[in-house]
Amino acid sequence: MTSTFNVVTSQEYKYGFVTDIEADSVAPGLSEEVIRFISAKKGEPDWLLEFRLKAYRHWLTMAEPEWAKVEYPKPDFQKIVYYSAPKPKKPQYASMDEVDPELRRTFEKLGVPIHEQEALAGVAVDVVFDSVSVTTTYREKLAAVGIIFCSFSEAVKSHPDLVKQYLGSVVPSSDNFYAALNSAVFTDGSFVFIPKGVACPMDLSTYFRINNKESGQFERTLIVAEEGASVSYLEGCTAPQFDTNQLHAAVVELVALDRASIKYSTVQNWYAGDKDGKGGIFNFVTKRGLCKGKASHISWTQVETGSAITWKYPSCVLLGDDSIGEFYSVALTNHKQQADTGTKMIHIGRNTKSTIVSKGISAGDSSNSYRGLVKVQPKAEGARNFSQCDSMLIGQSCSASTFPYIEVQNRSARVEHEATTSKIGEEQLLYFQQRGIPAEEAISMIINGFCKDVFRELPMEFAVEATRLLSLKLEGSVG
Amino acid sequence: MLSIRNLTASINGTPVLKGIDLEIKAGEIHAIMGPNGSGKSTLGKVLVGHPAYEVTGGEVLYEGRNLFELAADERARAGIFMGFQHPIEVPGVSNAAFLRLAYNKKAEAEGRDELDPLEFDDFIHEKIKLVSMKEEFLDRSLNEGFSGGEKKRNEILQMAVLEPKLAILDELDSGLDIDALRVLGDAVNKLQRPDRALLIITHFPRILETIQPQFVHVLSGGRILKSAGKELATELEDRGYDWVLEEAAAGGAR
Ligand SMILES: Nc1ncnc2c1ncn2[C@@H]1O[C@H](COP(=O)(O)OP(=O)(O)OP(=O)(O)O)[C@@H](O)[C@H]1O
Ligand SMILES: [Mg+2]
Repeated sequence: MTSTFNVVTSQEYKYGFVTDIEADSVAPGLSEEVIRFISAKKGEPDWLLEFRLKAYRHWLTMAEPEWAKVEYPKPDFQKIVYYSAPKPKKPQYASMDEVDPELRRTFEKLGVPIHEQEALAGVAVDVVFDSVSVTTTYREKLAAVGIIFCSFSEAVKSHPDLVKQYLGSVVPSSDNFYAALNSAVFTDGSFVFIPKGVACPMDLSTYFRINNKESGQFERTLIVAEEGASVSYLEGCTAPQFDTNQLHAAVVELVALDRASIKYSTVQNWYAGDKDGKGGIFNFVTKRGLCKGKASHISWTQVETGSAITWKYPSCVLLGDDSIGEFYSVALTNHKQQADTGTKMIHIGRNTKSTIVSKGISAGDSSNSYRGLVKVQPKAEGARNFSQCDSMLIGQSCSASTFPYIEVQNRSARVEHEATTSKIGEEQLLYFQQRGIPAEEAISMIINGFCKDVFRELPMEFAVEATRLLSLKLEGSVG
Repeated sequence: MLSIRNLTASINGTPVLKGIDLEIKAGEIHAIMGPNGSGKSTLGKVLVGHPAYEVTGGEVLYEGRNLFELAADERARAGIFMGFQHPIEVPGVSNAAFLRLAYNKKAEAEGRDELDPLEFDDFIHEKIKLVSMKEEFLDRSLNEGFSGGEKKRNEILQMAVLEPKLAILDELDSGLDIDALRVLGDAVNKLQRPDRALLIITHFPRILETIQPQFVHVLSGGRILKSAGKELATELEDRGYDWVLEEAAAGGAR
């Protein structure tokens, strides 16, 4: 049955696309043909095409998840364009003076260096500041110790065996609706490989990824740390990110072998829509780390401030004995934003430990939910979890919810959960103002205090920016 | 320094202050006493600009300026301070960082030099001696987990840092042990100068033994029913408030 199917479809490919293969983009809509087209365009090996098709066929049998506490018009998957040839970003402006003053103001407040402002805003940049040269230097330094850090497409070409070995090994293509969709149609992303015993000499940032092309809305990231290796990876930046694609469904997979450690930090500031929530990004992400080896360690730190809808649960599967999973999160929602975010800690190995620290801040008319699962499987002797979930409300019309799920199947396990809800109310603000501190600075100080346990986990310069970003996001929301 | 004329204010539409007149001059110490719920804290909060209270009539001049034209933080930087009856807790914000920001905001407004963390460290170590506070309280989160008395001590530390012209101390004495009452009373006295004024809200004459007011006012039902010298405090302790209310009622009927 399957083989007949393949014959038919490959024939369709053969006749349907031979002439179109030179096209720069494909018509909107999703079908096996479109997937074959994407794969062919990217010159992918057969196994990868099979991976995509399998995911697609499974996706067809799945329904869009309904359980999250978010409301949005369901995307029409036949209206999305799944492939358009990557174009180098054209400079839109001749100088910074032409850039939207609002955006400039934001950059200045965030303290983004001027040449980075230009790059981000799409200003033609001076050769001296060309980020490519910066990137090249980094690349050489990394290659010297055997680290691979490149775009996903590049990795498929240059290290197909590694990609084949690990792709889908943490997030199977059938995992969930959006992960399956991503597996079928992902266009690009990042690949990181840290060989045995190597401690990555610098934080790796998507910012410096060699491939400057747009990764599109279906991004795929795979990070592998071999025995005893360690790496800190930074995703995103504090500057606001705009995109014409409304739906973003990324998949991130992390694999840590024996004693390896991966620290993954995200600052997410996708466009959240206007004050009424119009036009914002839907961010439906699957992030999961596999602590495969003994005493391996995976730590997620996220600062989520953007997107109209966020649906995201960076998780850890603690398979190796003595492995450690951590999740530190600040999720801020304002205006009409909705976030349903949290984590899953799956304890499988013995003496595995996990820590969850979640700080939700809601302002305006937003809705902010923490959803977390701590699961201790029967063989996870001595497993331990500590969860702390705090919510802060600013104003009267926002909401915060916590949904902690705990499933313990081993009697020696210890699972602790603490939750608080507080309010930046008039009393707190008045107290600061009564000491001469203006409201905006007061809020920033209160929020910072609230998020301290998470910010502490961020790389230094990220932490400073994250602090400023939160204040900026809350500007005018109190008082 | 402060002139309150026929001030009325309400919260959630309910009138609480129903015509307050009070004149406070530089160098003076005033005490306000009165039954629970009479509007004492309300008066303080209206003066410092609490947003929940609506000023419905009257006027308040502070150093000749219309007080209500200033935002709450501007009033503070202009020298008005309130020691709260119930200071709030702020997790994660270090006491020292808070004090330094408050100090620097005021310094900035007055055109004085701001202090960096090291300079502030020296400065604050002198100040904590005044209120006999242990150093460890500087590193703790602002008021978080402080006992009632420790919170009050922290309020007076803030007063010592900001050196306000007009300090309104709302029930400084409630929750204080005997020693703390003396220490903080002395500290407040040391901070008092001829160009500064104090408004002490209290239920007990004891604190007024240390911080000796020239004027004692009885506030009840949103009005000042009686004003007299320091001796009124002890008289109130002996006789309660009823006679003041009756006297006022008789006066009102006349
Ligand atoms: N938010 C509010 N909503 C409704 N009523 C309020 C509110 N805040 C204060 N009140 C009322 O205003 C009145 C005055 O309160 P206030 O706190 O000023 O009294 P007080 O004289 O300081 O009393 P105490 O001696 O008990 O401290 C009380 O009747 C109180 O219940
Ligand atoms: Mg009171």
